[in-house]
Amino acid sequence: MAEVTLSRRKMLAAGIAALSAPALPEVALAQPAIGRSMPREFNLAIENVTLNITGAPRPAVAINRSVPAPVLHFREGEEVIINVANRLRESTSIHWHGLILPSGQDGVPGISDGFQGIAAGETHQYRFPLVQAGTYWYHSHSGVQEQAGMYGPLVIDPIRPDPYGYDRDYIITLSDWTDENPHRIIRNLKRDPGYYNYNKRTAASLANELARAPNGQAREAIIRDRMMWGDMRMDPTDIEDVTGYTFLVNGRTPEQNFTALYRPGETVRLRFINAGAMSHFDIRIPGLEMTVVQAHGNNVQPVAIDEFRIAPAETFDVLVRPTNGRQFQILAESMGRQGFASASLATRDGMPMLPLPPHRERPLLTMADMGGNYGPKGLDRGTPRPEVDRPGHIAPMEDMGGMDHSGMGHGSGQGGMQGMDHSTMPGMNHGRMPGMNHGAPARGAGARPSTTGTPAMDHSNMPGMDHSNMPGMGRSSSLASDPGFRLAAATLPIASVPGAGLFRLAQASQGSMQGMDHSNMPGMDHSSMPGMGQQGGQPPRQQRQPARPTQQSTPRRDQRGAAPSAADHSAMGHGAPGTGQVGQVDTSAASAHAGHGGMAPPDPFAVNTGAPPGTRVLTYRMLRALSNPYPVREPNRVIEIRLTGNMERYFWAINGNRFSEAQPIVLNLGERVRMRFINETMMSHPMHLHGVWMQPQVGNGAQNPLLHTVSVRPGSTLDVDVEADAEGGWAFHCHMLFHMETGMMRKVEIRRQPRVASHG
Amino acid sequence: MRRTTHAAALTAALLASMVGGASAQQAASQNTVHDPGAHGPASHEVYFGAVLFEKLEWGVGLNGVPNIARWDGQAWYGTDYDKVWIKTQGEVERGRRAENAEVQLLYSRLIGYFWDFQAGVRYDPRPRPDRTYGVIGIQGLAPGLFEVDLQGFVSERGDLSARLELSYDIYVTQRLVLQPNLEVNVAAQRVPELGVNSGFNDIEAGFRLRYEFTREVAPYIGVNYTRRFGEAAKYAREEGGKAEGVEFVSGIRLYF
Repeated sequence: MAEVTLSRRKMLAAGIAALSAPALPEVALAQPAIGRSMPREFNLAIENVTLNITGAPRPAVAINRSVPAPVLHFREGEEVIINVANRLRESTSIHWHGLILPSGQDGVPGISDGFQGIAAGETHQYRFPLVQAGTYWYHSHSGVQEQAGMYGPLVIDPIRPDPYGYDRDYIITLSDWTDENPHRIIRNLKRDPGYYNYNKRTAASLANELARAPNGQAREAIIRDRMMWGDMRMDPTDIEDVTGYTFLVNGRTPEQNFTALYRPGETVRLRFINAGAMSHFDIRIPGLEMTVVQAHGNNVQPVAIDEFRIAPAETFDVLVRPTNGRQFQILAESMGRQGFASASLATRDGMPMLPLPPHRERPLLTMADMGGNYGPKGLDRGTPRPEVDRPGHIAPMEDMGGMDHSGMGHGSGQGGMQGMDHSTMPGMNHGRMPGMNHGAPARGAGARPSTTGTPAMDHSNMPGMDHSNMPGMGRSSSLASDPGFRLAAATLPIASVPGAGLFRLAQASQGSMQGMDHSNMPGMDHSSMPGMGQQGGQPPRQQRQPARPTQQSTPRRDQRGAAPSAADHSAMGHGAPGTGQVGQVDTSAASAHAGHGGMAPPDPFAVNTGAPPGTRVLTYRMLRALSNPYPVREPNRVIEIRLTGNMERYFWAINGNRFSEAQPIVLNLGERVRMRFINETMMSHPMHLHGVWMQPQVGNGAQNPLLHTVSVRPGSTLDVDVEADAEGGWAFHCHMLFHMETGMMRKVEIRRQPRVASHG
Repeated sequence: MRRTTHAAALTAALLASMVGGASAQQAASQNTVHDPGAHGPASHEVYFGAVLFEKLEWGVGLNGVPNIARWDGQAWYGTDYDKVWIKTQGEVERGRRAENAEVQLLYSRLIGYFWDFQAGVRYDPRPRPDRTYGVIGIQGLAPGLFEVDLQGFVSERGDLSARLELSYDIYVTQRLVLQPNLEVNVAAQRVPELGVNSGFNDIEAGFRLRYEFTREVAPYIGVNYTRRFGEAAKYAREEGGKAEGVEFVSGIRLYF
């Protein structure tokens, strides 16, 4: 058995050697290239090692005996050869995360063209040109090796210098380490999904909440909220599946205090890579402003922020300018507030870590995170054969009253728009949702389920709610049977109008939906929902507001605004008159369903790090690509990517099918598709598509960012355009590794032959 | 006496095989970070198993209710959708042989988000004469977070009966859990030789307060109330017991 024991000192030494320098000489790792035309060659060896992070030696998998693996430092335009020697007793693989390369070099066994993994004892040669620059990473795509230590940073220097200067360059690889065997973790989660959750709501916490409640109404709301979650059989405290992690920066614990050196006045580039298996991090450097210059390896218009959240597999590069010579703390707090990864910016090495601050309040899931997204939407699923959900994937929502779309006559096969007549919807009662009482002073309008046949929320009485008056609604009926889609799809045919930009026209059609102005509806005030708008600790907004112009396409100063906007009717895309904000196109898609379900969906771009008011928190909306290789054009089709799963049995899926039972999603080479991510679960899913860029439709038009991983927050709907310009088989999966491992994965096949009538 | 030993041995063997199976797999996977079945990523069905002894307890009866040892356990192995399920429960009176004992071997299929459909056989070595039943049932989580196990039985003689088990976990703190539970047995007809009443046979209700040192090991204390009806009550009295009684229980919940 090729097992090597590494002392902690040795490990650290390796780590330091790999990371010490802005300009790292590829010592021992690379063989010198003779001339520029020769590909440079790198050698990696994968071994079982024993790693001691917590005080107990544990088995790990390391590349070149280092965790994280050594930095691979490439240059844009060159070709590299990487020899990977497998010294494990099992098959392995390396995937180059975010790199644009031929499918056969992508390194996913069984999915990448002709690649079946690297068998035990074998050496595999990867060879590919580097057609991009930026911060990326690499990791195993076999079994559970990645979370056992097989991940490392990958940096590609650009041919033309970056449009921003900096004096120092550090990689900050974040990761989560547990002493527990990954297989054991999966087993524990499958037999008890709450196995690792020691932050459940308890009788004690209930008593506490009740004691602090200001009045009887609040107490009632608290109790009803509890019952509501009980009825749904869901757990609002289920933020992170797995606990017990030690969070690392470049393989080092907070106590070991990785230190990035600076001289006062210098600009320091920090390349953040989240190589964690299951952890989102909220990152801040108290006392320093960060300027984001690169997202997922692609340069973006510099944007100044105070905090950002990084989902697993994401990378963000920021510039900081520490001036006064003091020690700054780079804090990466896990989303579930289990712990910190931390490092220092200091003028000299060897300083002890600064004391960690107290944890921010642990987030709770809200009704908004349920989103009302449930069930098939009737869109193209991108698979060769019709695909149906397997039972057990869709949470029954009958207890949610109006949130059950299947009971609302929206089911597929509905012909005309009369399905949209709200007066025919039974079960629109929101009365069982605490705080969902639409009459602001509680419980007036939101009544109990009506047995008399009069729906409590009789929308038929609302003037102007007849959706059949919407222009363009009839034209797209062949695209999908789902009215919610029609609302969005109504904008599609417009693309064929010569010279007309989609966004402008979409706006026009939205602006003409005057009758949809919810602000005129008495008792439709959703602002009293607990958790629907007050996550930032902001007092509930009591006044009924007229629908306001949305500001979604412009970065907000107040990023908590993201949360309130979930409850804001303007986010429903109905009431807002044309505002000139292209962002509406996206929200109309996102909110179409929920608008009918009676509850606004969460803003797909909202990031609530629990920061104090006034803090600037990065969202995808703030990302504007500096260059976009793709023309702005309409997608050929919209593919439904519902993120599903069974939280009770702990398995995850896409469109109701786990990987083991799913068909590949087939794209035609050269087409542009819009993947409509609909997160039906209560967890965030960072969805990673290999081989091609994803362009989330954040409302920045041609400047929409290019990402390799898109974080889809609970209950939200998010449109992502994909230019299918890379032939072959590509993996497509959630980068929460236990979600991927238990089924949230697909093969995406980009094929050359065009299909009939796919161009519309 | 011999039959009892047999039954106990059978139960023990079945459970041991489940436990053994599970732990063997676990051992294999814990030696190294190793995934023998994985050629492609996530392309394989994950097989997993678990053993849960909800009750392993000793009950001290009040007012002449005999002291009783009780077990109630289940184990399963399989995939997300298809599993083999074993359930067993029974009671032993101090110094006597097992009063009740049963073992079920079931196939279990996930039919909804929260529900498994189960079918198989049940064998009762006690009370005598021993009986074999066909079983059909559903098990899962009902709205409100109630654990539900509803089973219908048909005996080799064609007798019909049913059982409903309900329990609910109240987390007092993160580790202290109060679990009320209820079990109701009904039958469609009298079965005099087994002391089975037509209609309600017995109701058992209890509270158990456990402390989860780990999710795996949780000792508990509790109160149990039992009431038997009609023939069942008569049978109990003939056996020197009582139709109704309260007992204090202490035991351990094991979940591996």
